[in-house]
Amino acid sequence: MVKKIEVQDLRLRYGHKEVIHGISFDIYRNEILGVIGPAQSGKTSLLRCINRTIEFTASAKLSGTIRIDGEDVQKVKNVYELRRKIGMVAPLPVGLPITIYDNVAFAPRAAGMTSKSDLDGLVEKCLRQAALWDEVKDRLDSLGTKLSGGQQQRLTIARALSHQPEILCLDEFSIAIDPVTTMRIEDVLKDLKKEMTIILVTNLVQQARRLAARTMFLWNGEIIELNDNDVIFSDKPVSRKTYEYVNGIFG
Amino acid sequence: MNPSAIPIQPETVSRFTETPLIRKKHRRELVAKGIFGAMALAMVIPLLIIIGYLLIKAWPLLSWGFLTHNPTNGMRQGGVWSAFLGTIYLVVVSLCIAAPVGVLSAVYLNEYAKENWFTRIVNLAVLNLAGVPSIVHALFGLGAFVLFAGIGRSIIAASLTLAIMTMPVIIASTKEALASVPMNFREACWNVGASRWQTIKGIVLPNSLSGILTGVILQVSRTAGETAPIMFTGAVFYRDIVEGNLFAYKLTDQCMALSMHLFAVSTQVTNAPEALPYAIAVVLLGSVLLVNATAIIVRTYLRSRKKW
Repeated sequence: MVKKIEVQDLRLRYGHKEVIHGISFDIYRNEILGVIGPAQSGKTSLLRCINRTIEFTASAKLSGTIRIDGEDVQKVKNVYELRRKIGMVAPLPVGLPITIYDNVAFAPRAAGMTSKSDLDGLVEKCLRQAALWDEVKDRLDSLGTKLSGGQQQRLTIARALSHQPEILCLDEFSIAIDPVTTMRIEDVLKDLKKEMTIILVTNLVQQARRLAARTMFLWNGEIIELNDNDVIFSDKPVSRKTYEYVNGIFG
Repeated sequence: MNPSAIPIQPETVSRFTETPLIRKKHRRELVAKGIFGAMALAMVIPLLIIIGYLLIKAWPLLSWGFLTHNPTNGMRQGGVWSAFLGTIYLVVVSLCIAAPVGVLSAVYLNEYAKENWFTRIVNLAVLNLAGVPSIVHALFGLGAFVLFAGIGRSIIAASLTLAIMTMPVIIASTKEALASVPMNFREACWNVGASRWQTIKGIVLPNSLSGILTGVILQVSRTAGETAPIMFTGAVFYRDIVEGNLFAYKLTDQCMALSMHLFAVSTQVTNAPEALPYAIAVVLLGSVLLVNATAIIVRTYLRSRKKW
């Protein structure tokens, strides 16, 4: 298995408060890695370190290295290209106040794609992948912000796919979507796994169990356990805490 | 069917009857609403009285010719053309300076600047500058533009002084307009690899434009009404210009201004007709209200297309 992302001794501080305490792990190419853990355990911060949007938080200081395909992301000069390699879906749906079409075409345009036919094809492909195409194909020029919450979340996913990322980070993507749509997107993710590496941060332990091959249990900025799903979701994971969290005894 | 045949529902005690407590609550609700409403009304009354009073007092002199003719006979007769045009010049030139500088620096402060000691000082300076009395701006303008920079008393020196005065307010209102665009829009753009500028151009500016424009236009009334900053820097008591020519002033000329003219006529000119100062005030107030009304229309139009 080829390592896609290698994280070594990652530490993150906001001001004087350390929120990630030196964690190390690898993510393999074309796997879905589940990340579970209670609130404030550093899941979202970890994702923001990977695509370097953590830099927009002035008080954040990080040490350690994150490598993507062996390349240290901290030393990447073209940070915009780096972010385009990583699709990011935030927990709360964000439809930008531009048309649905422009929402999806925003990233490719920012990257310099201008051909109308290329953009049309890409917009349709991404909206189909996000299971939204059938609902919006007749009103691509209405505002993204006027969609319902669940539709906006799928629009967010379509936007994350629009720059053809190699890594897809989903941060609790299903909290604003109904179960049926969630299932449809989960099916999409299983397909996407063939093309990209997926980090699935989720509050739904069962979602990680369904989709991921391996799951990481983060707690208070430390990895309690990172293991194959057979072990994590068995009666005897390595850590007692994992067992308790997965089975809803604490957390 | 005979209506009386319809069985009458037995009268039951509703669970939603008014108790004394609820009635008290309703009374308080009415009293609160009344007080707030009265206060809101109290805001409107002075404005109506002022406008009505001015119009009645100024009535004998009000005509189209009052606007298009120069003052004559030691400013006792004629119109306000040279003062009216001078005010337009001062407002337009000063806003042409203050609006770009103010808006762009607000974009920097709100979108680019990191929270550190430098930004804190700049923000503090902006706030304090907005609170400086206009007479102090006047002295600064006299010292910096007229004397030190050697521009001399002119429309350009007076406009620069007015621009310094309005800029902090434009910065503050623009920053507020920019901050009203939710942060998660920006984060969504950054996540897909857009630069800050692409984010500002594509999302932030189009959605804060109405607020920015309103803030700028509201400064027109302030600029038009100030007397102190232009008194030492470019306004004169009397000047004769070509009537009906919008380009009668050069930027290096000194000019008349409505606010200054009003001050002069009401305090310095003896035997001026009683209606004259009121008529000048009507012209000043009327043009300011006209511009503000435009601002409100623009804002209503842009808000009606509100996107979230």
